[in-house]
Amino acid sequence: MKARWILSVAGVAMAGLLMVGCGKKDEQKTDAANATASSDKIVIGVAGAQSGDLASYGLPTLNAAKLVAKEVNAKGGINGKKVEILPMDDQCKPELATNAATKLVSEKVNLVIGHICSGATKAALPIYKDAKVIVISPSATSTELTQSGDYPNFFRTISYDLVQGKAGAEFAENTLHVKKVAIIHDKGDYGKGIAESAKTALEEGKQAKVVLFEGITPGGVDYSAVVQKIKNSGADCVIFGGYHPEASKIIIQMHQKGLKIPFVSDDGVKVDTFIKTAGADAEGVYATGPQILADNAIYKKAIEDHKKDFGSDPGAFFPQAYAASQALMNAVAKAGSTDYDKVAAALRSEYVETPVGKIKFDSKGDAEGVSFSVYQVKNGKYELVK
Amino acid sequence: MEYFLQLFFSGLSKGSVYALIALGYTMVYGIIELINFAHGEIYMIGAFTGLIVAGLLTALGWPALAILAIAVVVAMVYSGAYGYTVEKIAYKPLRNAPRLAPLISAIGMSIFLQNYVMLAQTPDFLPFPRLIPDLAFMQKYNSFLGTSDLLIIVTSIVVMAALNFFIKFTRMGKAMRATAQNRKMAMLVGVNVDQVISATFIIGSSLAAVGGVLIASHMGQINFYIGFIAGLKAFTAAVLGGIGSIPGAMLGGLVLGWTESFATGYVSSDYEDVFAFLLLVLILIFRPAGLLGKQRAQKV
Repeated sequence: MKARWILSVAGVAMAGLLMVGCGKKDEQKTDAANATASSDKIVIGVAGAQSGDLASYGLPTLNAAKLVAKEVNAKGGINGKKVEILPMDDQCKPELATNAATKLVSEKVNLVIGHICSGATKAALPIYKDAKVIVISPSATSTELTQSGDYPNFFRTISYDLVQGKAGAEFAENTLHVKKVAIIHDKGDYGKGIAESAKTALEEGKQAKVVLFEGITPGGVDYSAVVQKIKNSGADCVIFGGYHPEASKIIIQMHQKGLKIPFVSDDGVKVDTFIKTAGADAEGVYATGPQILADNAIYKKAIEDHKKDFGSDPGAFFPQAYAASQALMNAVAKAGSTDYDKVAAALRSEYVETPVGKIKFDSKGDAEGVSFSVYQVKNGKYELVK
Repeated sequence: MEYFLQLFFSGLSKGSVYALIALGYTMVYGIIELINFAHGEIYMIGAFTGLIVAGLLTALGWPALAILAIAVVVAMVYSGAYGYTVEKIAYKPLRNAPRLAPLISAIGMSIFLQNYVMLAQTPDFLPFPRLIPDLAFMQKYNSFLGTSDLLIIVTSIVVMAALNFFIKFTRMGKAMRATAQNRKMAMLVGVNVDQVISATFIIGSSLAAVGGVLIASHMGQINFYIGFIAGLKAFTAAVLGGIGSIPGAMLGGLVLGWTESFATGYVSSDYEDVFAFLLLVLILIFRPAGLLGKQRAQKV
């Protein structure tokens, strides 16, 4: 009995010691983090969906940033300082994005790659703007983020929805020669933006009529009513603005109801997850996506590096994220510091060779020379439509 | 007319799934006056169980309808077990606590189950095999009623009829009604209330599982988050019909399904939810206890 008593006291004491030990380690860690922000390291925050159902949009960006950082560090870092990547998850949710932004700002990070989804980016940008943080997104395509001129701290390596929606609409009327188009969107910043620019483009083009323009609730149990409505409207083409979960539900239900008309969507649908979930129904779906320069040497090398380090093909927005990381690190090198004004000026003036071509940013923050192409699912893979 | 029928049947099939889930909410509320927020997650777990079973049996080359039937049964058992366990872990210890405590425990359980499935399975959407074949004799009705809609409607009707029979005529059903009327009194006359509550959770959960597997194989995809919106809509249906009332949950589900379907069809899907919740508000203004709920005098 006594032995047991002593044992348990010893156990409690040991547990206590362990806890003390942990506490000390944590303190040291935060000290280290504080030190890095100021002296021997350059910390770059990578924010976006890294978990949750849209993680397939965000993880490739994290990988791209890691690859570029590794390469830069192998060459001795930027001006002798090592680059460190600090991931921050927002699950593409605006409310989590503001948390992530606040956290990055409080860690004194003043360079951020991200966010991934437009809605989340829009929510986080005011926080970064107030704290003077440079933000480069590989994938937030909402038109107003740059074109409104509200965020001088924001840059992106992808073209925007106004261009993308138009590309989809022009493809539908000029290549597919459709006459009646049903436009469906998911009511979000991104999806609705695409849908509206597609609508404007079709109305200006005057070759096809918009017979239906509707928003659906994401995550709905069933979309058969809206599919019936598309069928009833006599449309010979559907343009969808939104992300892949809703797109795959709609395409499946369209086929169930015997509605086999062209389905044109956006880069939110141009991900492999879409093909995986929709299966055979994905076959033939068109989606616009960022133009890829397949014979670009940096692009090829980036993909090889990804295969070597992560053992798989890179996912969505990888080239754009790679370009964003390169542009940011190059600007810091050229600016000679992480000073907000100097880095912003360098981003606007210095050209960089990237997987999406030789780019610099215009006064509004959009990369010059990037655009969209149309892709189609063929045999379970997206292929460029020529 | 055909367009009307199309919308009518798509509302009916959606509504019957809402009703199946709503039954779980309403039965639990009727007996322990708890809103079981984890119920949507039980529906989601049912769908996942169905996916696993379907994957296994498809690999063995079974016919689709047989797989569906077995998937439904296994999902019912599995979800029932989850419902039972959730009650024992999260609600039973709080049975005599203030009413807010089990409610918060329910929300916690819901978050836990979602994240547990996300970590144990995957955060991505998974394709669900479409187990409902297009039957030949349905060809002529296909323009307004697909085979999967028909199957969902018929299964729901059968399940609900069985439930009604169970509640009205079996010993356990009578005990349930007695407990719902007055728990203390039922206990005094020798009803094993703990057993009744467990049975309620098991039955409610397995009904949700039926809905989960049917909708998943109709829509062809699932992820860990599907229970949230389905649960929310079903809860709305339960309140609409009168929470605590079993026929009310069935009616509420159908009314909600039709409202959404017709609002989408004749107005705009932008306003689908607006109309659904507007209807809820209107009904609660004129009949505060819901369509079929009993108006009870409150002790003040």
